[in-house]
Amino acid sequence: MSEKLLEIKNVSKSFHIGGMLSKKKIDAVNDINLEIEGVKPVILSVVGESGCGKSTLCKMILRLHDFDQGDIRLLGNSYKDHKGYDPFRFRLEVQPIFQNPYESFSMRKTVDTYLFNTALRLKISKNYKEAENLIDEILKSVGMSLEVVRGKYPTQFSGGELQRVSIARALITRPKLIIADEPVAAIDASMKMNIVNLFKELKDKYQVSFIYVTHDLSTAYYVSDYIAALYRGCLIEYGPAKEIMDNPAHPYTQLLMNAVPRVGEKWDKEFTMPDTEDKEYAITYCKFAPRCPYALEECRKRRPDIKCSADGRKTLCFYPLNSEV
Amino acid sequence: MKKFWKNTNISLKAGLLLTVIFLMIGFVIYLLPHTDPFTFNSYQGKLKPSSVHLLGTTSMGQDVLWLLIEAIHNSLLIGLIVAAIGTVAGVFIGLLAGFSGGCLDRVLTVITDTFIVIPSLPILILMTSFMKGTSTVFIMALVLAMFAWAWPSRQIRSMALSMRERDFIHTAWFSGEGTVQVVVTEILPYAFTWALSNFMNATLAAIASESSLAVLGLSPGNLISLGNMIQWARDRNAIFTKQWFWIGSPIITTAVMFIGLFLLITGYNDYLSRKRGR
Amino acid sequence: MIKIEHLSTSYSTINGPVHVINDVDFEIYDNEIFGIAGESGCGKTTLLKALYDIVEFPLVVDSGKLVLSGEKDGKGFSYETGSIRKTWWNNISYVPQAAQSVLNPIVPLKKQFLDSIPKADKKKETKEQILKRIADYLKELNLSPDLLNAYPFQLSGGMRQRVIIALATFMSPKVVLADEPTTALDVVVQRGILMMLMRLQKQLRNTMVIVSHDMGVHYQVTDRMGIMYSGSMVELGKTEDIFERPIHPYTEMLVGALPRVGDKSQKTGIPGRPPALTNPPEGCRFAPRCPKATKECKKTVPLFRQVEPGRYAACHLIP
Repeated sequence: MSEKLLEIKNVSKSFHIGGMLSKKKIDAVNDINLEIEGVKPVILSVVGESGCGKSTLCKMILRLHDFDQGDIRLLGNSYKDHKGYDPFRFRLEVQPIFQNPYESFSMRKTVDTYLFNTALRLKISKNYKEAENLIDEILKSVGMSLEVVRGKYPTQFSGGELQRVSIARALITRPKLIIADEPVAAIDASMKMNIVNLFKELKDKYQVSFIYVTHDLSTAYYVSDYIAALYRGCLIEYGPAKEIMDNPAHPYTQLLMNAVPRVGEKWDKEFTMPDTEDKEYAITYCKFAPRCPYALEECRKRRPDIKCSADGRKTLCFYPLNSEV
Repeated sequence: MKKFWKNTNISLKAGLLLTVIFLMIGFVIYLLPHTDPFTFNSYQGKLKPSSVHLLGTTSMGQDVLWLLIEAIHNSLLIGLIVAAIGTVAGVFIGLLAGFSGGCLDRVLTVITDTFIVIPSLPILILMTSFMKGTSTVFIMALVLAMFAWAWPSRQIRSMALSMRERDFIHTAWFSGEGTVQVVVTEILPYAFTWALSNFMNATLAAIASESSLAVLGLSPGNLISLGNMIQWARDRNAIFTKQWFWIGSPIITTAVMFIGLFLLITGYNDYLSRKRGR
Repeated sequence: MIKIEHLSTSYSTINGPVHVINDVDFEIYDNEIFGIAGESGCGKTTLLKALYDIVEFPLVVDSGKLVLSGEKDGKGFSYETGSIRKTWWNNISYVPQAAQSVLNPIVPLKKQFLDSIPKADKKKETKEQILKRIADYLKELNLSPDLLNAYPFQLSGGMRQRVIIALATFMSPKVVLADEPTTALDVVVQRGILMMLMRLQKQLRNTMVIVSHDMGVHYQVTDRMGIMYSGSMVELGKTEDIFERPIHPYTEMLVGALPRVGDKSQKTGIPGRPPALTNPPEGCRFAPRCPKATKECKKTVPLFRQVEPGRYAACHLIP
């Protein structure tokens, strides 16, 4: 019986906003269920606009935030089991890549310090020489090399180069899962695909799964195996990537697909901008209803149920666009 | 080194110069063998300045110049010790509170806030009255240090709180660094520049506190410090007996030393902000 | 319209001047949206700063000048470099990068709007009348008038950017400059803001200059565009033409890196990186990365010239 790599079961987290006396709460993550199989490595893209909870979800998987309800299991080990938590082993299994490469490293340290620390402190290499060889090999697989990187500070690299170093650092422990939180958001449009394509290559070469968080679907199209779309903390569509992106079932996924400025089709349709956050979070019926071009009576009364379709996807909608009604 | 001297601003240069002069007087010249300036009637009293006594003598027969040198020594020593204790304790407690969070943070914050809020002067007056007129430099310094650690601790705590969430701290942890290592290698360098600035400020504040207490008549009588010198001279009516050097020299010295330290502090801050690109 | 005449600027550093803009010469017409594209560090933000006349030491104008001219309320005006700042908010305004906080966080928006109106105009109406006009304007832009009573820190990034655009266009300026207006925002908000800018331009019939590294944004929004590389303009023309038939090899690569509707093949980005401005290569600066570079390209800098009516490019390979 092969265990699942990652299981997220009914996870919720709320933030308290306002001062000590205010009772306002924002449900940053609302009853999310996701799974990643352990059999072969996959790339799961988590997409949504800002404020949808994808960053909070990342931080919870990385154990940087606690969750209020539900459970997360990594390779069968529950996050709620505090006694069984081994921080050393955790870092060998999960590694992060952050959005801003210049923020991911301290300006006062050379970048190779982090690479050597990862290799030596997490006991991947037995000595300095071994570490050097390992680091050089991994840097080469992301398009850099140790001689280019050695002795340099973060500001001596371009954004794209520094992000590659960040990816290399994450690979050193041969993790089972790498969480990349908007890794190309701070990089020029013409360079984005270079980095995202790397994820696909590295998945095959090092047998590592990626969770790729982004708000820009065009970068996710070619590399993703699965896609999860979030809206204001709720998982509104989840399933095989190509099927969903070619034929979005949820109106919000359709909106996301159309929001990317693409060549060949000019924007003509009007669309509504998101309103202030607290108002939208407080909605108890379908959170997307105020902006949905297809919203009906029922959508404004209660929370929609999850509909499963034949191609393996789950949609949180009363009237998904792909249903045969 | 030469480049630094040429390019740096005038406050820093002047401040450094003055501070170094005082440090020389207080810790180098002081070590030259001399008779204890405190003993009364070592010399004839109320002498005018001459080649033997460069600043004359006091009405108790003490050599003014050596009295001044010992005063500078003691005041500087008190200032430096208080600043050292205050900065080290403040940084340690601040980092501990900011980083551990939860219960420990709350307890430490309450303690820190208490020391910030309580007015220091009445407490210091109380403590010095317990000393009943005799003390040493170290005990005096410890008393003053009671209030010197609270404010820096608050500052460092907020710095630690804001840094804790930054991505490079997470990267450091995922690179295998333990919490202590992270604090020392990633956060302490940032805290260090602030701590240095705070150290200089604290020295100034401590010398000022001690001098203020002395002029109020509360400093221990056996401790020669700048404040005490002024106090004794005033007590013995030095102004009326026209012993200008006796009362004037500690006043001018205190003023110049403060100006020197102040220039050092502002010059250092200007230098830092220029280094960061305005 | 804006005439940029042989403009060159540089930054004064300890190690000598660093040339960020080299002999840029083109025109921006009335009633159009003009885009300036290029990778980070190509000089587009500096060019915008020069257009807005916020050239301050250590940024220095080495040679050339800018002339901003047009007509407002029946009166003609003309300003040159150095005096353009006299007409800020009135005839020309600036929308900065979304990531920057240009609104004073502790001053309510109401006051920030009022501050932008020149004293002379304020004397003509009472405060209430002006506030009502502002509230009506916000409603036109689909923003709630309640925002006037809010503080900037209460708003999300996208909302703040929309407010800044309202602020910048309230006086109906003839030129609006936008520096990467949507870069730090997610795609949905980006689309909303760009559509807002396009609508405003149609209404005010003025000129908008949009700087962005994202070619997709230029395709959707701009009428004409110019592409910059390492401080020089390498191609300029109608946006549609540039995407259909790019002339300069750099433009070809930029256009090729974009996803197109219906095209599901894997896209690749551009390899390599632009040269350091402190130590530029001799000859054409794109030559080291150009797949078609010849010996000539590595020796002499190509001239920016007209290759067809309305199309300009700087490349040796064009006949």
